[in-house]
Amino acid sequence: MEYETVIGLETHVQLKTKSKMWCGCANEFGAPPNTNVCPVCLGMPGVLPVANEEGLRLTTLTGYLLNCSVPRFAKFDRKNYFYPDAPKNYQITQYDKPSTVSGYVDFEFNGGISRVRITRAHLEEDVGKNFHFDRNSGVDFNRAGVPLLEIVSEPDITSADMAYEYLNALKDILIYGGVSDCDMEKGMVRCDVNVSVRPVGQKELGAKIEIKNMNSFSGVRKALEYEIPRQIAVVSKGGKLSQETRRWDDVAGITETMRTKEQAHDYRYFPEPDLMPFEPTEAWLEDVSKRVVELPLARKQRFMSAYQLPASDAQTFVWDVPLGTYFEQAVTGAKNPKAVANWVINNLRAKLAETQTALADTKVKPSSIPELVALVDSGKISGKIAQDVFAEMFATGEAPAKIVEAKGLAQVSDTGAIEKLCDEAIAANSKTVEDYKSGKVAALNSLKGQVMKLSKGKANPALVGEILEKKLKS
Amino acid sequence: MAATEIDVKYVAHLARLTLSPEEEQKIGAQLGNILGYIEKLRELDVSEVQPTAHAVPLINVMRPDEVRPSLPTEEALRNAPAKANGLFLVPKIVE
Repeated sequence: MEYETVIGLETHVQLKTKSKMWCGCANEFGAPPNTNVCPVCLGMPGVLPVANEEGLRLTTLTGYLLNCSVPRFAKFDRKNYFYPDAPKNYQITQYDKPSTVSGYVDFEFNGGISRVRITRAHLEEDVGKNFHFDRNSGVDFNRAGVPLLEIVSEPDITSADMAYEYLNALKDILIYGGVSDCDMEKGMVRCDVNVSVRPVGQKELGAKIEIKNMNSFSGVRKALEYEIPRQIAVVSKGGKLSQETRRWDDVAGITETMRTKEQAHDYRYFPEPDLMPFEPTEAWLEDVSKRVVELPLARKQRFMSAYQLPASDAQTFVWDVPLGTYFEQAVTGAKNPKAVANWVINNLRAKLAETQTALADTKVKPSSIPELVALVDSGKISGKIAQDVFAEMFATGEAPAKIVEAKGLAQVSDTGAIEKLCDEAIAANSKTVEDYKSGKVAALNSLKGQVMKLSKGKANPALVGEILEKKLKS
Repeated sequence: MAATEIDVKYVAHLARLTLSPEEEQKIGAQLGNILGYIEKLRELDVSEVQPTAHAVPLINVMRPDEVRPSLPTEEALRNAPAKANGLFLVPKIVE
């Protein structure tokens, strides 16, 4: 029997705010333990949380970036449980009235575009970090109260690879939108997976297994690559799976039972009495929507269609946004967008890296690039000379036409002048001439090189070839 | 007033309380009485009243995203029963 896999992901992402969600402690990674803590985030009695407006903005912005709708009423709830990293013995979250609902993420997968629907993205708070020792555990609350977005997907994912691509697309969108730095090393993105299998054609879902403790996207993929065949093996042998939470052991490369349905938590959600509901106004939402940026996939598709760029070039301009912006300034009105892209990607970017210059500091004006391309395309200078012109442009910021003129770099297409140089080369390389005449066609290139050298690279190479051949054959 | 059925053992477990059988009896009855008293609210006709998340008619209470001083670590850890290297020490976490 054939089986299909149904996967839904819950992705937790730390929002990029200066301060925590409910208090003024710094939202900062890597500080010494318990230095960014105060009575609010330590859950001391008698304190009151106050919502960080930027946290709410970034939540709403994420909603827009993920094509969600943003309800005009949201509220906060308490999720009750005991764990040493939760100082209040509850986590503030959004239960039945989240800030954003019903969106989707489109991404490239298997040579096409896949869509995963987003159930909701709700705002909650991060918890402290645990350290495990031989006899006891230690807790650092610097992370407690950091705004955390939980992005819940619909069960639209059908394979480990698709889960991996979805997560990467999601991460790119959030980085692009300035919502989160999504630094995996710093634990800014964490992920829980819900996965079940069922015979193809069966309507009811199989027993839902949740997997926890994956701290990288490749960990998610590896866990699924283990878990899916495990479930299929159980079911196809007539076994029965039951709802449970499993833990991914990255070292052993297996999942193992953490708790069963009977041991499932009873969180007793209830409205957070310390926080007022949030009802964004039209003006407030308008303000947030101004921060919406073009998404990575849309940008890639636009660069490909508007400028006829190959996918690889477009992708480069997706990864490197400032470089893409520079390209767009340069390409305005240019006849040969691909050549402009080549100069920006291959030459400008390389030079910037070589000289450790920031793009913002480059002297090369965007308008100079299409000018240079036009000089090459019209035959005014050779491709080789163009490299020298570009080096000069990079050093001085001068316009290419001026450099060509000032340095006398214009390509020589004057037949008389080239003929003279060809004669010189033929006279000085009698051996090579012999080689050519005795059938070594490659010898022509050597002679061509000599002529170019004599012309200091300025001779029109096509013309040189033509004239040499004519002379040698006569 | 009929005491509302309540699973005292379960509720005690959720609150991480250990109760003796006598206490279960006693507290169970007390909780039942409290719930029974709350039941009185059902007598009220609320069909015309909108549900609310909060009793105070306030919305959108926010603060600007500014960092303010935190507690000195020493102060933050002062009430901790056990501490080491700036960390709150707790019994070994196993799950």
